[in-house]
Amino acid sequence: MIHINALTKSFGSFKALDNISLNFAKGRTVSLLGPNGSGKTTLIKSILGLVIPDKGTISINDKQIGNDWQYRSHIGYMPQIGRYPENMTIGQVIKMIKDIRKDNVQYDEELITQLGVDKISSKTMRSLSGGTRQKVSACLAFLFSPGILILDEPTAGLDPLASEILKDKIIQECNKGKLVLITSHILSDLDGITNDVVYLQDGKLIFYKSVDELQHMTSETKLNKMIASVMRNEHTKTADI
Amino acid sequence: MKTIMKYVVADLIRNKVIVVYAIILAVLSFSLLSIDENPAKGLLSLLNVTLLFVPLISILFATIYYFNSIEFIELLLAQPVRRNKVLLAEYAGLTISLSLAYLLGVGLPVMIISPNLAAITLLLSGFLLTLIFTAIALLIFVLFKDKTKGIGAAIAAAMFFTLLFDGLLLIFIYSFNEYPIDKAVLGITAFNPVDLARILMLLQLDVAVLMGYSGALFKKFLGTGTGSVYVVICMLFWVLLPLLLSVRVFRKKDL
Repeated sequence: MIHINALTKSFGSFKALDNISLNFAKGRTVSLLGPNGSGKTTLIKSILGLVIPDKGTISINDKQIGNDWQYRSHIGYMPQIGRYPENMTIGQVIKMIKDIRKDNVQYDEELITQLGVDKISSKTMRSLSGGTRQKVSACLAFLFSPGILILDEPTAGLDPLASEILKDKIIQECNKGKLVLITSHILSDLDGITNDVVYLQDGKLIFYKSVDELQHMTSETKLNKMIASVMRNEHTKTADI
Repeated sequence: MKTIMKYVVADLIRNKVIVVYAIILAVLSFSLLSIDENPAKGLLSLLNVTLLFVPLISILFATIYYFNSIEFIELLLAQPVRRNKVLLAEYAGLTISLSLAYLLGVGLPVMIISPNLAAITLLLSGFLLTLIFTAIALLIFVLFKDKTKGIGAAIAAAMFFTLLFDGLLLIFIYSFNEYPIDKAVLGITAFNPVDLARILMLLQLDVAVLMGYSGALFKKFLGTGTGSVYVVICMLFWVLLPLLLSVRVFRKKDL
């Protein structure tokens, strides 16, 4: 569904992405992991066309994204920080995004009701807490039931209940054959959701493996233990050399 | 583009700064116009208020608004819309709101107390200044990554056009006063939108003494009619150039 080939992006002398090639298939939930500044957000933003890569190509549904913009109707995006015009109400924000994506009239409003966003739709964005804004962002990402969902730190700032609702929704959408890309630092939140793990460091791809493979390699059951174990091995390997 | 613009305007007309800006302009206009019997004097004072405040408020408010909207712009760009449409919609929304505040704040009192051609010219120059400085703010927004640097640049730009430029022009005139520099001065004036706005207004008011050197030159060489047309065309260039440049830069900008 998404095909990334030799993607490279530098900001000045800093290499945010270094020759990354990846393939994401539908019906999978892929976690992008890595320390701060490892290039996760840059990768996501490249797919969304917010960051323009220096080299390499990205294709979505076998169509290369260049100056094209229509491809984004296949994507739902939930940003890390959701900030909206202060005097707009939640209802207006949702209505506006609907107006912008007029091509799609089939709305998936399940999250809006489940997260209770519909009950506070007359509140202005200024008066909302960070967590509530995250809820609005989540609703907007799922609203058009796009084929690809890109979630940047979706559970950060959400209360446990909302975070569970969101996780269930992610699993449900993935089972419908959608591709879900998630970045998160909270590995325990990704347990049971994610099928594949992409690990980035300093803009380089360290590994791209399925959770089953990782389980097999490390004989651990928890995702954070698996990652820690793999990283330890990688570390000793490089130390040996 | 219209959709986004509509919502930006809806957000901005409830913005406190815009409302306060309109109210202050209205209070100033009413008081300045009712101080003197001669409404032309009141209009002149209002011209000075316009020349000082409109550029400064427009560029500062617009720059801050653009930088605060950066996450929202990102979200919009993640939707299936063109990049330049989002940018121009933000610009249009801001310009409409700021001009509305100006046209209500100054326009209403002026039109009630002394409705004439000079008053309309004043409103036109204030409106054009709003368009110009919101466009310059947009250019600053696309050129700078950092909000603080952007605001710094906005203040520097406003100061340059409202204060520094005239000083430099004066130095130029004094240093070369033995040469025939009349036409050169006319040309140089086109590089400052604030001067252009002042001249546009003064050509209407017929107060040659107050016009200063460049204003008098305009009257001498071009006359009121041609002079005004020339000034308005120059000002429209000042709107279009920053806008076109912004769109060009924004096409390749990383967010």
